[in-house]
Amino acid sequence: MGVIRRTGTFVLQVNPILCDGFGHCVELAPELVKLDEWGYPIISSEPTPFGDARVHESARYAERGCPRQALRIRRVED
Amino acid sequence: MQSNALPRLMHAASTRPLTLAQHEEVFATTHRPASLLDELEASGLTGRGGAAFPTATKARFVREQRGRNKFVVVNAMEGEPASHKDQTLLSTHPQLVLDGAEYLAAIVGAQDVAVCVARDNPTIVNHMERAIHERSRRSQRGPRLELHTPPWRYVAGEESALVHWLDDHESLPQFRVTRPHVFRISNAPAMVDNAETCANVGLIGRFGAQWFRGLGTDRSPGSALVSVTGAVRHPTVLEVSLGTPLREILASADADTDPLAVLLGGYGGSWLSSSHLDVPYCNEALATRGVVTGAGVIVVLPRGACGVVETWRIVRWMANESARQCGPCAFGLPALGEDLKHLASPTRDALGAFKRLEERLGVIDGRGACRHPDGVVRLVRSALAVFEEDFNNHAHAHACAGSRSTTHYATVPHLEREEELVWE
Repeated sequence: MGVIRRTGTFVLQVNPILCDGFGHCVELAPELVKLDEWGYPIISSEPTPFGDARVHESARYAERGCPRQALRIRRVED
Repeated sequence: MQSNALPRLMHAASTRPLTLAQHEEVFATTHRPASLLDELEASGLTGRGGAAFPTATKARFVREQRGRNKFVVVNAMEGEPASHKDQTLLSTHPQLVLDGAEYLAAIVGAQDVAVCVARDNPTIVNHMERAIHERSRRSQRGPRLELHTPPWRYVAGEESALVHWLDDHESLPQFRVTRPHVFRISNAPAMVDNAETCANVGLIGRFGAQWFRGLGTDRSPGSALVSVTGAVRHPTVLEVSLGTPLREILASADADTDPLAVLLGGYGGSWLSSSHLDVPYCNEALATRGVVTGAGVIVVLPRGACGVVETWRIVRWMANESARQCGPCAFGLPALGEDLKHLASPTRDALGAFKRLEERLGVIDGRGACRHPDGVVRLVRSALAVFEEDFNNHAHAHACAGSRSTTHYATVPHLEREEELVWE
């Protein structure tokens, strides 16, 4: 906990059942999230390295800031 | 039954379900495998519910899970309106399905078998009740057999929705963080298999893998049940050897052998144009044309019918069957339906709708908890490719003659209002 991991890659994953389209994620992590015409997030499936501190920080903001707690940062195993 | 010829699953089928005694006589065991799991692996059986996942791989995965009380779930929900195979199987050979379920329970170490039949089909529920009763009266050994009757919904037969219902009486699909996912019913690992898959396991357990491989292709061994509807004299369920040319299947079903197109897989499947009808009916051959066998549905669309209208009717119904849990499905599918409506009987906005449709298809895919939206997108994409000319004409307000016809080939149940949909 609290350790910033700098190796490996991650994706931001949304639980579509929990997501209600508040749209906070697109404000907090515009690098990773776009909205569709109904206001639900389209998240880049491209893995991002944890070393990319700026994007990782955005992703953590999005994860924390989601009112429905629908977002998770998932490490991509390769 | 020793011979290798068809019918296998439909062997000795009559209008009444076989009783346990009749069943034991007709399917007298000829082969006692040392290990059922190895036998299943050698048979190469793939799931018949739609995903065609190797059953042995799934069984091994569930077997490796910890847990004392595991479940085997027999999925006979048959959510596809054009599919009648599970219904046919359960009203002729309920004991064969239970055989397979017991073998699977022995393989994975399950104490419970949950047979799931939609409550909207009381005949099948009756047959199943009787079959289970017969078994429990004969012997108390083996797993506990229990009948469950969830409501009939398109997505209620999806495995996560079925497990959700068994666990919590709600037929709603669940989100899986990782795949493969271990389904759990009150914390016990569960293996979900289609009724036809179970029946095949029953045959493999009785006659062995080598016998099973006597039909079908190397990569898709065995036989499969197909439901042929649409431009056919009588809607039928046929048992075919996998790898039989599609045109031959149509001929033996007494269907139109020179149709405009056929819908394969189910209502979340794909249209296949008539120029590909000589393709063998098995996943490895169909995959090269971007099609799958799915749940064994074949809807025949004759020449003169309108693919745009048929697709619109299916999509409208599928959108209504969404569980409305995920935004892209709850809003995206009705939006696709609206666009198709503008095209089906062209309005002034037809060309705009055509452009919107193409854009929307790109964003819905893969964004739901289950594969319901993906199926609809696949259906519409295939329609755009197969009926390209019709779509272009409709978009430019030149509706074809077939679109004014009131005869439809892909039948859909009546549209229920949202508040009428039962999920519990």
